[in-house]
Amino acid sequence: MEQSPVTEKRSSKISVRSLDFYYGQTQALKDINMELLGNQVTAFIGPSGCGKSTLLRVFNRMYSLYPGQRATGEVILDGENILSPSTNANLLRTKVGMVFQKPTPFPMSIYENIAFGIRLYEKLRKVEMDERVEQALRQAALWDEVKDSLRKSGLSLSGGQQQRLCIARAVAVRPEIILLDEPTSALDPIATLKIEELVSELSQQFTLLVVTHNMQQAARVSDYTAFMYLGEMVEYGPTQQLFTNPRQKQTEDYITGRYG
Amino acid sequence: MSIARHTSQRFDEELHGVHDLVHTMAGVVEEQFRNALIALQNQDLELASEVISGDSVVNGYEVRIEDECIGILARRQPAAGDLRLVMTLIKSIADLERIGDKAVKIGSMVISMSHGARSIHPGFLRDVKVMGDFALSMLHRSMDALARADVDLAIEIAKGDEELNQEYRAAMRRLITYMMEDPRTITPAIDALFIAKAIERVGDHARNVCEYVIYLAKGMNVRHVPIEQVAKEIQD
Repeated sequence: MEQSPVTEKRSSKISVRSLDFYYGQTQALKDINMELLGNQVTAFIGPSGCGKSTLLRVFNRMYSLYPGQRATGEVILDGENILSPSTNANLLRTKVGMVFQKPTPFPMSIYENIAFGIRLYEKLRKVEMDERVEQALRQAALWDEVKDSLRKSGLSLSGGQQQRLCIARAVAVRPEIILLDEPTSALDPIATLKIEELVSELSQQFTLLVVTHNMQQAARVSDYTAFMYLGEMVEYGPTQQLFTNPRQKQTEDYITGRYG
Repeated sequence: MSIARHTSQRFDEELHGVHDLVHTMAGVVEEQFRNALIALQNQDLELASEVISGDSVVNGYEVRIEDECIGILARRQPAAGDLRLVMTLIKSIADLERIGDKAVKIGSMVISMSHGARSIHPGFLRDVKVMGDFALSMLHRSMDALARADVDLAIEIAKGDEELNQEYRAAMRRLITYMMEDPRTITPAIDALFIAKAIERVGDHARNVCEYVIYLAKGMNVRHVPIEQVAKEIQD
């Protein structure tokens, strides 16, 4: 089994060590070890049920919302084991933002969608808040399309715009890491390309982890790719290498469509 | 290369189809080169003309295979071994087409020499026979290596190219000697030199195919790397 071949002398942002994950009695992740690099896009691919979304949800402890789900091992973010009960999950989620498969704007104005999260953690004057909202919308490449209709409902936007609104909402609280769980599977090809473009753009400021079913998307947007199968990390390495010359036969079979 | 089938059977068929076409093309190219060598040995003008007109068939295969490969890239977005296979085929047909051009070159030389009532130096005919057979065998075996993605064979053939290059240099030295001894041999010796060069290039193209085979099987880009070093890296 391939374990973290990422050996470059670059700072690893997240270290995953001996991570196991259980849904009740069912083990969904088995002994995951990997170093995730900062300011890089890492894609997680694998067939349904392989554990890639489960792994993503460990990084912001999303699982702890549900009883019966537990993780053992260590996930070190900036020197702190985020699995430890002493880690404040709310603060963790300001550091680790998340964007879901289906766009999930709040039923409020575009402006409020962004301001809402910021207000939970910061007290800002109106001018400052306006600036922050604009900045977030610009980062999500949405500003030009909505700057004249900030008071309109977030739900009035198209699917692709809603997803970029959700990305704006995530970046507004200035996280370090953004998790994207199949962020384009509900979008048309053009909206998908816009999100992909955005992902590359955002990696200059953030560390992005993307779960995707679309292998070409993983090949297009990510610097590193991890292939998972049956809860195990089969192969993890530079995207170009994984897609041209994978080391593991299982990876080869999957990415060439011989899995089944 | 891979034995396992794709979930998409059509994709399998497309890959196999284009792979087969490349081998059909290789068969035609080999025939062209062999005929060019025979035409040279026998001063057979008719056969030489056939080689020249046959080049359009080779060119037709190149265009068709290239189109099919582009179609596969566009439709299937192949990855890993499939991607390496398509790239290998695209690159190999360019070399095969160039080998076809060398056959035409030799055929044209046969015809132009006969027009000038020049005959080739008998000593050099022996050189050409040795070099030609060697290059023909390299070409044939490089296609076997491609068919089976056989790295060991590819390395063996690539190493053999050095032998052909030595033959070429030796032939060149002999030709220079003839020219110095008797200036009247200068024109036929230069003809011979062009022919020797064409044959030597066929070996280079066969060697290129062998390098693609190593890329296909191992994912290593070994272009411009000495073959001994490649062999050592693969062994390690």
